Amino acid sequence: MSKNKKYWKNLAELNSDNNDVFDKLQNKEFVEEIPVDEFLSDKDNLTDSSTSRRDFLKYIGFSTAAATLAACEGPVVKSIPYVVQPKEIIPGVANYYATTIGNGYDFANILIKNREGRPIKVEKNKLAPDSMAANARVHASILDLYDNARLAQPTKTNMPISWFGFEYETKAKLDEISRTSKEIVLLTQTLASPSTLKLIRDFKAKYNNVKHVIYDAISESKALDAFESRYGTRGLANYDFSNSELIVSVGADFLGDWQGGGFDCSYAKGRIPDNGKMSRHIQFESNMTLSGANADHRVPLKLNEQKLVLLEIYKSLLGSNNINIKSDISISDKINKIVKQTIAEIKSSKQGAVIISGIKDEKYQSLVLEINEKIKSKSFLPHQIIFKRNGKDEDVTSLIKTMSRGNVGAIIMSGVNPGYTLSSSKEFLDALEKVDLSICFSTKSDETASKTNYVAASNHYLESWGDYELTHNEYSLTQPVIKTLFDTKQFEELLLKWTDNKSNLHDYIKSNWIQNILNNASWKKALHDGIFVKKSSKLSKNRIISRASNFIHSNQTFKIVNHDENKYELNLYPKTGMGDGQHANNPWLQEFPDPLTRATWDNYLTISEYDAKELGLFLEPSTFFNQSSNDANGGLNGKYAKINLGNKTIMAPVIIQPGQARGTVGLAFGYGRTKGVKNEMMTGVNAYHLYSDFNPVQHVEIISTDEIHEFACIQLQNTLMGRGDIIKETSLDVFNKESVEVWNSQAVVSLNHIETPVSSPDVDLWQEFDRSIGHHFNLSIDLNACTGCGACVIACHAENNVPVVGKSEIRKSRDMHWLRIDRYYSSEDSFYQDDQKKDNISGLGSSLSSFGELENPSENPQVAFQPIMCQHCNHAPCETVCPVAATSHGRQGQNHMAYNRCVGTRYCANNCPYKVRRFNWFLYNGNDEFDYHMNNDLGRMVINPDVTVRSRGVMEKCSFCIQNTQAVILKAKLEGRQVAKGEFNDTCACASACSSGAMRFGDINEEGSEIAKLKDNKRAYHLLDAVGTKPNVVYQVKVRNTKNKV
Amino acid sequence: MDQKELRRQFSLFKSSRLSNLKTKIFGPLLLALFFTSTITIFAQDGDPFAGKALFNTNCASCHKLDRKMTGPALRNVETRLLEDEGLDREWLYAWIRNSSALIKSGDAYANKIYEEYNKSAMTAYPQLTDSDLNNILAYTAQEKVVPVAVAAATQVSNVPSNDLGLSDQIILGVFAILFLLLSIGLVLVAKTLKNLAELKGVKIEEKKKGKPIWKAYLENQFLMLCTAVIFLLVSAYGFYGWTMQVGVNQGYMPVQPIHYSHKIHSGDNKIDCNYCHSSARVSKHSGIPSLNICMNCHKSIYEYNGETTEEYSKEFYDGEIKKLYKAVGWDDEAQEYTGVTYPVKWVRIHNLPDFAYFNHSQHVSVAGIDCQTCHGPVEEMEIMYQHSPLTMGWCINCHRETNVNIKDNEYYDRIHKELSKKYGVEELTAAQMGGLECGKCHY
Repeated sequence: MSKNKKYWKNLAELNSDNNDVFDKLQNKEFVEEIPVDEFLSDKDNLTDSSTSRRDFLKYIGFSTAAATLAACEGPVVKSIPYVVQPKEIIPGVANYYATTIGNGYDFANILIKNREGRPIKVEKNKLAPDSMAANARVHASILDLYDNARLAQPTKTNMPISWFGFEYETKAKLDEISRTSKEIVLLTQTLASPSTLKLIRDFKAKYNNVKHVIYDAISESKALDAFESRYGTRGLANYDFSNSELIVSVGADFLGDWQGGGFDCSYAKGRIPDNGKMSRHIQFESNMTLSGANADHRVPLKLNEQKLVLLEIYKSLLGSNNINIKSDISISDKINKIVKQTIAEIKSSKQGAVIISGIKDEKYQSLVLEINEKIKSKSFLPHQIIFKRNGKDEDVTSLIKTMSRGNVGAIIMSGVNPGYTLSSSKEFLDALEKVDLSICFSTKSDETASKTNYVAASNHYLESWGDYELTHNEYSLTQPVIKTLFDTKQFEELLLKWTDNKSNLHDYIKSNWIQNILNNASWKKALHDGIFVKKSSKLSKNRIISRASNFIHSNQTFKIVNHDENKYELNLYPKTGMGDGQHANNPWLQEFPDPLTRATWDNYLTISEYDAKELGLFLEPSTFFNQSSNDANGGLNGKYAKINLGNKTIMAPVIIQPGQARGTVGLAFGYGRTKGVKNEMMTGVNAYHLYSDFNPVQHVEIISTDEIHEFACIQLQNTLMGRGDIIKETSLDVFNKESVEVWNSQAVVSLNHIETPVSSPDVDLWQEFDRSIGHHFNLSIDLNACTGCGACVIACHAENNVPVVGKSEIRKSRDMHWLRIDRYYSSEDSFYQDDQKKDNISGLGSSLSSFGELENPSENPQVAFQPIMCQHCNHAPCETVCPVAATSHGRQGQNHMAYNRCVGTRYCANNCPYKVRRFNWFLYNGNDEFDYHMNNDLGRMVINPDVTVRSRGVMEKCSFCIQNTQAVILKAKLEGRQVAKGEFNDTCACASACSSGAMRFGDINEEGSEIAKLKDNKRAYHLLDAVGTKPNVVYQVKVRNTKNKV
Repeated sequence: MDQKELRRQFSLFKSSRLSNLKTKIFGPLLLALFFTSTITIFAQDGDPFAGKALFNTNCASCHKLDRKMTGPALRNVETRLLEDEGLDREWLYAWIRNSSALIKSGDAYANKIYEEYNKSAMTAYPQLTDSDLNNILAYTAQEKVVPVAVAAATQVSNVPSNDLGLSDQIILGVFAILFLLLSIGLVLVAKTLKNLAELKGVKIEEKKKGKPIWKAYLENQFLMLCTAVIFLLVSAYGFYGWTMQVGVNQGYMPVQPIHYSHKIHSGDNKIDCNYCHSSARVSKHSGIPSLNICMNCHKSIYEYNGETTEEYSKEFYDGEIKKLYKAVGWDDEAQEYTGVTYPVKWVRIHNLPDFAYFNHSQHVSVAGIDCQTCHGPVEEMEIMYQHSPLTMGWCINCHRETNVNIKDNEYYDRIHKELSKKYGVEELTAAQMGGLECGKCHY
């Protein structure tokens, strides 16, 4: 039976009875004959072949073995020396060049550290005034140079074009347009550059109908208008707060970016209680700002109330004859009392007082100028005109109108990104299409550049020539410190081409300086110094004030209109890290924690707890049933709110900001970029959408939603819980009158029932060493001078190759910052009351309730900043627990960390009372999971070759920049001399970057050194001295100039 | 004809006067030789030996005898000028002492030469006296000497070193054969004795066969344990030793894109290390010299004239110099740079890991340590190799043993006094100075 059964595989087989082809195919694997026999029978050919089968196997075997062996060898490293080595470059030795940044928002005179021809760090230019020192963004700007999102060549309608073609075509078109009646518009950032402005004058002379519109993304136009109409020059008044006795700020965040910034240094100088005196600072504001956080007395107020406060001050000082106030609202009695007291203080301080305001209204800005003139304020310097902001709102608004009417023939943009920064960006981009020729100078293909005909790939400032007049008669120079990395040119070079000027930019600037600026002084010296101060007595304070035209001469009416009760007052502000948003692709700044909220990688709606509860935006700290404010791993959550302004709506996550005035919310500029930045950097929401009429205060509707946002916040504990010994502080009165023991007492422990100070060797676990020989480094941090600006954080990143870990890692508390600035809020009205409350706790019930309350910050808290890095304890707890002795102590006081020795047990981090050690959870360089600057060759050019790039699985921490202290010592040895006095001062990147002088570094064994004095200062204390770690970082007690006891 | 040979001729001549016998045979020949080489000398009344020295110090950087360089070739310059241009020695004096004045005066040939050599004015030598110039001219007037094959001699001298290695092996082989023969002999003797004994009827006591030793050994657990422990320890030691050499590249001798001989430069010509590796004095890197440093000398040194071997012949070395010219873009014929360069990709030999910081200037300038201390006998290295292991143990050993060089260095004044007092020693080692602290090299 079975024999008859036939299984067939296909139809052919079924009918295969007389199918030869099928049989043939079935029996043969290959359809065609394989010529094996033919091949083997060809004996001649086989014998002639030099490779036998055996040889073939031998070769295979050998190459496999060779490959295996070769894999055991280390990689071959190539070294390629110069063909002709430039004289000034010695491999391994840094060069420094003075230059100036002026990107329209930040202006600073700096030194650039160059290694083997690549700029790696921004340093302080000691020849320049403090007001031109670098802030956090300027320190981070060096990384923008190595941004791989930069445009590599000019483009025409998104296709690459040569510079020759670019110049030829644009010039022809400009010539053509200039023959028509259409306008040619130059839309630029604030230039403040004598040579560029001269070039623009040349350009205007060559072409007809040229209009130069200056546009600041975040406008100071109203203050400029007020200054211009009063003193005749478009600029801003300078202020020197170092000699102020009383600073009254009405809505001005002058420690931030108010009127161009740069006031924090002089402020910090006046805050150090020398001879029992320091300035007093009263702040009226709605958002919690850096200035408010540093104020002695902070009053949260809405804008209308701020206006009334300013008017009250004006009335009481200059009389009410000149002004008419028509107000729908009045200030409460409580506020009124404070204002009365403030006015009394202004009157008693006389010339020592100064009033400033951030109200974006020409009339109020004029009031401020007039008040300061009237009280003859010492700090008010209208003759030192600041040119860091120069935009005019009306010009920009009318430009968009002209453009949309089709009357603009050509628009040339440089240093601006109106497609992103205008609230009417859509109208602008639509109108742009009606312009015949649009050219954008940009380093990125950003929101504006991607919509223009021609994009001129422009230089980074470190590749450019330039000059600036930042304040009247103070000139700065920009020089290239590296050859252009890409095929880029700067705006000024093209202006030269367009005006048929054959000279190059360097020669143009030089001849302009020699003719108009230098007054026979040396060009080379000016270039070397980076700064040149022109001696001129034309403009003195008295002269400019005597010439001032009185704005408020007749009855001026000040109308204060009440707004819809249901609407919230939205205050738009620039964040310390992101500024106006042009550094959005900079991972250092994205990961820079905001000084106040301590959140990274985000902007958010700041709101008071009260309003959040009203609106249903508040998340309880811990609930079983609802979403809580913190995840199990501590990550902070916030609800999304819908913000409606007219027909515009944006969604922003909400963060509770203690100190936010009730009825107000805040939102930071600079986020929500959509073009020209990496996906990871497209964080936050674009607040410029709500920046209608260049007014940062808008009245918006806020609606709660159920969506939850995950924040990456690096500090989750907001209060000190009454632990006053962490940030010791006192009031000026107590500081002056009481003994040190009262306000800066040392911790004591009980030894045989006798209270013994912890510094005594009798209560020490460790053996003491003699530390008087050689160098011994200490770092002093003055809590009075520290404004929390964060320049040190970025400087530390740049110096020490600190990796960027990204938002999700930060949320898991895996941040790598070697230096953090802790921010604490008081739970009661002041930290002193916190301490009192904690001391009064008795019994279980009271402790449970009180400690619970102490966790919550007050509605208008006192704020304190405390920079914390490795404390370099002489008796370091981390060293004793390391099983492999990877961390050990040097004779010079530094706590060393040998990365190659570390096996990653993390005992040290557990045993560190200051929590300053950072663990590398991953390999952060060359890892696609962390696609930041360390993941591409261009970004890695910023790496400091003197500091190891750490790998996965090792601990790292602040080293007191040992690479720099060693370099100073070696320099002295090479020159055969002692280390000079104060030579160590700038070796620590943080101390060197600290323009306010809060951080001082040095050798305490150096006789008469500043640091030795600071260490023994009566304000000096060690953090957690009760632990007995004997740190080499010393803090100076914070003294507040408050009238009440703190 | 060089100095040595002339001297030999003179001495031969002297001795020939003493020995009549010799004169008879060699006299005419020697005389002929003498005249050919000395007629010119006497005619110019200059000393070619002194002339050569002067030529090398003053002229050699721009002139060769038989080759155009920055300036023209100078062999027989005087005769050439006299015959071709009709210019006498006075003209040459004027030219050498102040060529630019001669050019300015409108002298036709002076201007021609000036134009021909890219208007590069010759350095003026007003300090050279007439006799100096005569000496130099005497030197330039000498006939070209074809170098005798020195190569053969050096080759021979190189052979014995190879022989030594070979003889060791032969001796060992001979010993091995002897040992083998001896053992065979012994076995044979034993066998014969046994046979003899059997023949003589001597009864050899048969040993009672016990357990074989290997079996006993296997059964003895204690011994087995001991063996296992020893085996493990030995293999662990071996493994440890093997791992410790991972990443240690002592003796690393890669093939370089240009065969640069440190032996010729540093050994034969005694060029100071710091001449090329100048940044070693001021920087953490010793620096691989840029090619323009090479051209300081190689602009005029276009060929190799030193000792050669079969492997490294003159042609070989000249070829390497050609490689340099190609890399730096030097057209040797036209004596100018073409501007086309091919940077040399050297293979780096001494590679410290990134986590170790080492600074050359600290060791070279401050401590005054010889380069050879770490880099070995570089002046004898035909091919550069890594002499030292560059391990941390090696660094530390030296820090422990070496005293700090405090001489004439004010930096150490205070710290050395205080520290040496503390440690109770006269002189501090680098280790006592803090040279063992982790953070001094790892950060």
